[in-house]
Amino acid sequence: MSAVTPDWRVERATATSRLAAVVAIVALIALAAAPAWAGRADMRLLSEIFTYLALACLWNLLAGFAGLVSVGQQAYVGFGGYMLFAFAILLGVNPLLTIPIAGILGALIAVPVAVLIFRLSGAYFAIGTWVMAEVFRLVFAQVSALGGGSGTSLPVAVVKDIAEGRDMREWIVYWAAFLLVVVVLGGTYWLLSTRRGLALAAIRDSEVASESLGVRIWRTKLMIYVVSAGATAMVGALIFLQKLRISPDAAFNVNDWTAYVIFITVIGGIGTIEGPIVGVIVFFLLRETLADLGSIYLMILGLVAIVVMLKAPRGLWGFVQDRFGIELFPVRRRIRYPLD
Amino acid sequence: MAAPIIRLSKVCKRYGAIVVADAIDIEVAGGEALGIIGPNGAGKTSLFNLVAGTVKADSGTIAYRNRDITSLNAAARCRLGVSRSFQIPHPFSGMTVFENVVVGAAFGGDMSEREAYAKAVEVLELTGLKAKANAMADSLTLLERKRLEMARALATGPELLLLDEIAGGLSEHECRELVAAITGLRKTGISIVWIEHVVHALLAIVDRLLVIDFGRIVAEGDPKTVMASREVSEIYLGIEADA
Repeated sequence: MSAVTPDWRVERATATSRLAAVVAIVALIALAAAPAWAGRADMRLLSEIFTYLALACLWNLLAGFAGLVSVGQQAYVGFGGYMLFAFAILLGVNPLLTIPIAGILGALIAVPVAVLIFRLSGAYFAIGTWVMAEVFRLVFAQVSALGGGSGTSLPVAVVKDIAEGRDMREWIVYWAAFLLVVVVLGGTYWLLSTRRGLALAAIRDSEVASESLGVRIWRTKLMIYVVSAGATAMVGALIFLQKLRISPDAAFNVNDWTAYVIFITVIGGIGTIEGPIVGVIVFFLLRETLADLGSIYLMILGLVAIVVMLKAPRGLWGFVQDRFGIELFPVRRRIRYPLD
Repeated sequence: MAAPIIRLSKVCKRYGAIVVADAIDIEVAGGEALGIIGPNGAGKTSLFNLVAGTVKADSGTIAYRNRDITSLNAAARCRLGVSRSFQIPHPFSGMTVFENVVVGAAFGGDMSEREAYAKAVEVLELTGLKAKANAMADSLTLLERKRLEMARALATGPELLLLDEIAGGLSEHECRELVAAITGLRKTGISIVWIEHVVHALLAIVDRLLVIDFGRIVAEGDPKTVMASREVSEIYLGIEADA
């Protein structure tokens, strides 16, 4: 018996995406080698960009694809940060090892949280996530072993567990941030390329239609929420490994870990893989050039957000995609018949 | 009459004071085509929402192949073989037409992605959307969107297909094509429930006709007899036949 060869094929890659892949590989090699060409301040800035990019990708998965508009992701950033301090200080675990531990525990704690807040929808869900983040903050503020309300610093002996020399420590933290953002971006791309990614894109576009076509909405959303929480906790652990100090107010700060992340994603293009990359570039360009202006800088951020929302409601990348049909991360399936 | 594929027993649904389903009893036999007519707001689409699981009934039971599915959600019902189209199309606008149909095959049909591709190709041919396969769904005309609704529903491999006003706005020629396509579908043994205002298209297909008004079944039976009935005259023309 011979298999019948279909007279069609399904393609994903385009000429643009192939070119983008080459550029991405070159950029990744250059960024991996940053300790060889960048100064300490540049590497810290790059690390910060990586962590914000990872947070934006994860929030984009939640809000842009699964329709879970959370304003409480700082719960997991703070949780991850506190897991770093708890395991490193109280249990003597190497700080780098606490990052995956924070991820696993963040994912686990997200399950009961999800069961609770998934009972809410829309704006109520958003408020519920914020309330949960406040609960997290209040709980960790009670833990006196971790400094209670005023927080604590990572002891020098613990910091030296990363590496003896300061330069090597800086490099290792940089590479950890780099690795994490590559895993988050690559993981997002992989997820969206799979059958489950198809379900996510369907949920993004119409929840009622996707459920009527057999997509298991609740299960898909739970999976995304839990994965996103775990990865956000890992990013949180890394953020506070860079800062070396934690307090409840800093760890569970809604502005730093959610408001800016929403700005990045919405400005860049929510519901697209490329959006958070564009958004993080815009955000850091604005911050690095205008931050000295103080409150005027924040007004400019607001102005940029308003202009983009009015002129490009799908964000900057959405605008480019609508105009030129460009896709850097090819997840779209195109069918080709022999005569094409 | 063959064994029912779907049976609604005393199904009720109300939104505040508005009753959209008032103790509805319906049976659809395997392979049967049932037409539903009724004025706007009569409760036709609400009935589909109840059968497809988009909304939950306040009371009553819905059985599919003798299995009680009243508590199942829409996704589970679709996987069992109940599929629907929407009166107002809900395309996945950020996806291509092909991907829209693949979603139906992959999840409703519980297929691997590769199998879903093959099913989508087959359904696109059947529904005349092959030429639009790579177009973005939000670029389709209203008529094409309606075809896409049917294509996605068919891709799930349904045994019971619920069609909600898919002939509305079609030209005479397109309507004939649609009737031919549905006639072809019926030969596969699929059961169809079709809500439609384009009555001549409906009458060309259905075995039985049901009239709904204010959430109640007011007439049911042979399509021609029902169309000539007093109840239909009253509802559509406002005339009392006996007067």
